[in-house]
Amino acid sequence: MWAYFTRRLIIAIPTLWVVITVAFFLMRLAPGGPFDQEAPLPPEIMANLKAAYGLDQPLWWQYFNYLGNLLQGDFGPSFKYKDFSVTELIGQGFPVSIQNGAAALFIAILFGIPLGTMAALRQNTGADHAAMTVAMTGIVVPNFVVGPLLALIFGIYLRDTMFALPVAGWNNGAFPNRILPVICLALPFIAYIARITRASLIETLRTNYVRTARAKGLPFRMVILRHAFKSAMIPVVTYLGPATVFLLTGSMVIETIFGLPGIGRYFVQGALNRDYTLVMGVTILAASMVIFINLLVDMTYAWLDPKVRYE
Amino acid sequence: MTSVLEIDGLTVSFSTPDGDVSAVSDVSLSVEAGECLGLVGESGSGKSQTFMAAMGLLADNGTATGEIRLDGIDLLSANEKKLNTLRGERIAMIFQDPMTSLTPHMKIGRQLSEVLIEHQKVDARTGRARALDMLNRVHIPEAERRLDMYPHELSGGLRQRVMIAMALMCEPEVIVADEPTTALDVTVQAQILDLLAEVKDNLDAAIVLITHDLGVVAGLADRVAVMYAGRIVEQGTVGDIFALPAHPYTQGLLACTPRLDVETEALVTISGQPPNLQNLPSGCSFHPRCKYVVDQCKSERPALEAMDNGHIRACFRPHVEVAQ
Repeated sequence: MWAYFTRRLIIAIPTLWVVITVAFFLMRLAPGGPFDQEAPLPPEIMANLKAAYGLDQPLWWQYFNYLGNLLQGDFGPSFKYKDFSVTELIGQGFPVSIQNGAAALFIAILFGIPLGTMAALRQNTGADHAAMTVAMTGIVVPNFVVGPLLALIFGIYLRDTMFALPVAGWNNGAFPNRILPVICLALPFIAYIARITRASLIETLRTNYVRTARAKGLPFRMVILRHAFKSAMIPVVTYLGPATVFLLTGSMVIETIFGLPGIGRYFVQGALNRDYTLVMGVTILAASMVIFINLLVDMTYAWLDPKVRYE
Repeated sequence: MTSVLEIDGLTVSFSTPDGDVSAVSDVSLSVEAGECLGLVGESGSGKSQTFMAAMGLLADNGTATGEIRLDGIDLLSANEKKLNTLRGERIAMIFQDPMTSLTPHMKIGRQLSEVLIEHQKVDARTGRARALDMLNRVHIPEAERRLDMYPHELSGGLRQRVMIAMALMCEPEVIVADEPTTALDVTVQAQILDLLAEVKDNLDAAIVLITHDLGVVAGLADRVAVMYAGRIVEQGTVGDIFALPAHPYTQGLLACTPRLDVETEALVTISGQPPNLQNLPSGCSFHPRCKYVVDQCKSERPALEAMDNGHIRACFRPHVEVAQ
């Protein structure tokens, strides 16, 4: 098991290298550069800027130079946020995003799985239909609608009540400031998890081994928890992999709506500004998380299904 | 001897989008302690559903009417809680497909011991010891090691032995074996049948053996009931059924069984198809396939009539003893 774990981590290195290489050259294929503005800079200033950042060198040189710096843990300076290195930008933004994302993930699991379970056990009743309608709504209403709506309710309508909540700003991570963005982030994930849990549990309840468990005279609750639940969680875990990456790397929309200093916005702004180093930084971060979380998901499979064994 | 399990006028129907389907119609059966009843019929004849109803395991769209009494307790009117005190403890079932009937993520030992822990409130250590004992009794080699294995690490035959051990954990009064050998290799089938015969001899339990295979019944059952299209068409001692079959369907089934001592060109079959339960033939359900059919068979359904030796059958044809 541990040998497998280590081997997967080692295999991650060439995978990351491919991601870095592809991202590096794709970025340079895009027209324009980090210093292009509406009014073109005088050629001599442009030449100086390019020289300062090494952009006057041949592309292959820049590539190997970047790789070399990366190996020393240096992600380079941001081209757009002057005086900030990419490490600093990510170091400031990532903790905000990861805290909100982890809280949202926790809430999504905490509500999504019980909701889906209850719907499955009351399959095709009013309660089931109600829960699934709410879940469907949670999926189809985009968060740029939910976010302002929450802000309207808790920031305006309820502003003079005890339910008033701040609608923007991080405020050094004060608890009230986190409530609305986390809810807004979590809602669609609660809905997805509930739907997957329901479908998967209904299928598991039809298996022969659940029938065997019932034939043994076990109470229904025990049949569900002990015999059905673990297998029913396999599709949920499959979904949780990419969902976790998405949540932890920050959401541009949510962070913009609620004015949070996370890294979600760097994905978009970095690309639009041709901030080469920043794009490379967030890409490497996201790719590493995908690789690591997929590994965690595979490990979880082995726990849920003893037929899955890694060596 | 009194019957442990009595089924009286059982009817099971399923509501489907195309209307209600009767899987079991007016079936009455009983089994005594220490006795093995073979229940024979084709797929869809209602033999499994009869006992699914007894176990309270019908699908959600199924309803059962009539009476099923386990030692005087009516199982059909019992609620889930009451049923749970009986299932596994006093009536147990061995299912057809051992490959999918064990929970894949639980160790064998725990799956066995939980029956005892649930019903007899023993502690985990005692449960495990009894599970080990039971695995030895069903002749599983290296039983100690198997306790900590998962189902997928065992062969089909071993898994069926585990299923049998599981059914025996609480030494129930009634054991229902639903096609226990169908999914297994022929050589393994024989071993499982030997094991069931041993169980029958050692325990004073009533065993119901549901099968489509007359050969299985011949070796194990004391009495045989033959079902066709949801009804019992003949019932008698195993000797009578094999030597003096009185219903044309039973006669047909026996004629279909290949024999080594008679030289034949081709295998014998019963012509026609099993009936569609949604649209049963009028009168006797078997009449479209019966070679002795008369007009009466098409309009009237024959009732079960008693012959000697507890032998009953449902047929209008005057009984002629044909030695098979």
